[in-house]
Amino acid sequence: MLLREGLIGLLGRCGHEVVAAVGDAEALVAAVEEDTPDIVVTDVRMPPGFQDEGLHAAVRLRETRPALPVLVLSQYVQRTYASELLDSGDGTGVGYLLKDRVGQVEEFVDALCEVADGGTVVDPEVVRQLLRRRRDPLERLTPREREVLALIAEGKSNGAIARELVVSEAAVGKHIGGILTKLDLPPADETHRRVLAVLAFLRA
Amino acid sequence: MHPRNVWQAMSRPGFLLSVWPWRSVGYLVTGAVAGVLALVGLVTLAAVGGALAIVLVGLPLLVVLALAGLPVAWVERRRLGLVDLDPAPDPHQAPAAEGLWAWLTIRLKEQATWRELAYTVLFAGLLWPLDALVITVALLFPVSMTATPLLMATIGQGRETKVLKQWTVTTWPTAFGVAVLGLLLLALGAYALGVAAGARAELTRLLIADRDGDLGARVVELSRSRVRLVDAFEAERRRIERDLHDGAQQRLVALTMTLGLARLDVPPGPLADQLAKAHDEAGKALAELRELIHGIHPKVLADYGLTAAIADAADRSVVPVDVDLSVPGRLEQAVEAAAYFVVCEALANVAKHSGAGRAEVRGGHSGRRLLLEVRDDGRGGADASAGSGLTGLADRVSVLDGKLSLSSPPGGPTLLRVEFPCELTEAADRSA
Repeated sequence: MLLREGLIGLLGRCGHEVVAAVGDAEALVAAVEEDTPDIVVTDVRMPPGFQDEGLHAAVRLRETRPALPVLVLSQYVQRTYASELLDSGDGTGVGYLLKDRVGQVEEFVDALCEVADGGTVVDPEVVRQLLRRRRDPLERLTPREREVLALIAEGKSNGAIARELVVSEAAVGKHIGGILTKLDLPPADETHRRVLAVLAFLRA
Repeated sequence: MHPRNVWQAMSRPGFLLSVWPWRSVGYLVTGAVAGVLALVGLVTLAAVGGALAIVLVGLPLLVVLALAGLPVAWVERRRLGLVDLDPAPDPHQAPAAEGLWAWLTIRLKEQATWRELAYTVLFAGLLWPLDALVITVALLFPVSMTATPLLMATIGQGRETKVLKQWTVTTWPTAFGVAVLGLLLLALGAYALGVAAGARAELTRLLIADRDGDLGARVVELSRSRVRLVDAFEAERRRIERDLHDGAQQRLVALTMTLGLARLDVPPGPLADQLAKAHDEAGKALAELRELIHGIHPKVLADYGLTAAIADAADRSVVPVDVDLSVPGRLEQAVEAAAYFVVCEALANVAKHSGAGRAEVRGGHSGRRLLLEVRDDGRGGADASAGSGLTGLADRVSVLDGKLSLSSPPGGPTLLRVEFPCELTEAADRSA
C-alpha cells in the first residue's frame, strides 16, 4: 500500500533497515517469527477485515514476546486502543501514534528509536484527551506536574521536557520526583518508574 | 386477468356465459334466505327480551340483541366472497384479555358492533325483500316465459296456457314468441342481477368490512421500509468512512510524508519556507479529514461497541463527563449508532448551551432494553423542538421503537433519557 511504500523509503533514508514489509496481520506474525526485528511498526486497521486486526496482532506478539518493541499507527487515536496496547506486556517498548505523525519525519524517527529502546510513546492527542479528564489519582498532581507527566507520556527525555517548558533539567527532575511520590510509585529503576507513571496516567 | 368482482365481470364480453351471473343469483338467493332468518331471530329476541325485561331475566337477552349484528355480519362478510373476491377484513379488535367479560366490553365499545347491528336491522327489514324481488323479476319471470311452450304442451294439453298467470296464450307461434322474448329478458335479467348483487355487495362492504384494514397493512409496510432505509443509511455511512480512510486519507498521509522528507533535503531559503507551508497545510487537511471521518462513523464504535465509544466521546468533551455504563456485550448496529449519536449530540449541547461544570452519562442494558441518561448541572431551559440536532435524532430513535425524552426546567438540571428495546447480540466482550 501507499503508506507502506512511503515508510520503507523513509526508514531507509534515516539509516534503518526494513527486514520485512507485509500486507496483513497473519503475515506480520509470521514475519516476526522468521526475522526477529528490533521493532514492529503496524497499522491498527489491516486486511482482510479492515477492523483492528493490526492492533490485535501487535497485542498477540507482545504476549509471546513481551520484550518486542511495537509501534502502532492509527488513523484516529483512542484511549481504548491505547489501553489495550499498553496493557500488553509491562508497558515498555510500546508506541501508539496518530498516522499523521509520520509526516513529521524527524520526530517520528525519534519516537521510533525511543520505542525500540524500550520507551513508551503515546500520541499527544491521546495525552490531550486524558488531561481533560482530571481524575484520581492525577488530581493530586499540580498543573505543572501534570504537564510534565504528559510530556513524559509523549516519550520526551528530561532534557527535552526542560527545553519545552523553559525550565532547568533539575526542576524537571524535581517535578518527576513529585509525580512518582504522589502516584505511589516506589523507588526502583528510573526508566521503569517513568513507564509506570505513564501507565497510571493513561489508566486514570 | 380474471375479474375480481361482478362489476368487472359485467364490463367484459362473455359475462352471460361466465360463472358471474350464477354467482350473483347465489348471492341474492342466500341473501333473501339469510335475511328471513335474521328477521325471525331479531323479532324473537326483541319480543322475548322485552317481555322478560320486567323480571330482569330479559336484560341479558337484550344485550345479546345488541350483539346480534356480529353473527349476521360474519355471515355477510363470507357471502360477500360470492360476488367480490377482494377480502373483507373483520373490523373487530382482538380482546386484550381472555374471558367473556373482556370480550363483551370491547365489543360493546366498538363502533363496528353498532354499525353491524344497524346493518342487521336494515338487512332484515329492507334488503332481503329487495333481494327476493330482484330474483323474482329478473330470473323467475323470464324463466317462466321461456317455459311457455313446455307448459302449453303439458299442463295446457296443447290448447292454451297462461303467461305469468296474466295473459292467455292459445297458439303455438305465440307460445314460441313468448319463449324467445323470455330468453331475451333472461339475458337482460342477468345484467340486472349483476347490478343488484354488485350494489348490494358494495353496501355491505361499506357498512361492515374493515375500511382501515389495508391502511393498517400500509402502515406496517411503511414502518418496515423506514427501518430498511435507516439500515441502508447506516451501511452507506460505513462505506463512506471506509472509502475515505482507505483512499483520501492514505494519500494525504503519503503526501505529508513525502513533503516531510523533501524538507530534510532542502537547504534553508524561500523554497524551504514554501515546503514548510505546504507540509503544514497537508497536515491540517489530514486533521480535518480525520475529524470528518470520525463524525461519519466512529471506528471505536464498530470495533469496541457502545461503552468504549461513549467513553471516547466523553474524553473529547470540553465539559468533564463522568461515565457509568454497563452494557455487557454488543447491540444491534443501528441501536449502537443511534444511542452513540444521541449521547454525542447531548454532550455537544451541554458544552454549547448549558454552562454546566460537569455532566454525567449513565445507564446500561438490562431486561431487553437499553437505557441511557445524560445529565448536567447547567442552567437548564433546553428545548428539544427548538431546532437542535435532537429533533433529527428523535426521528432516528423512533424508527428503532425507542423513546427520547428531555427534561430541562429553567435553572436546571437538564436530563435527557433515551431508551431502546433491544437484545444483546454478543454476550461477552470480544477478546483478541
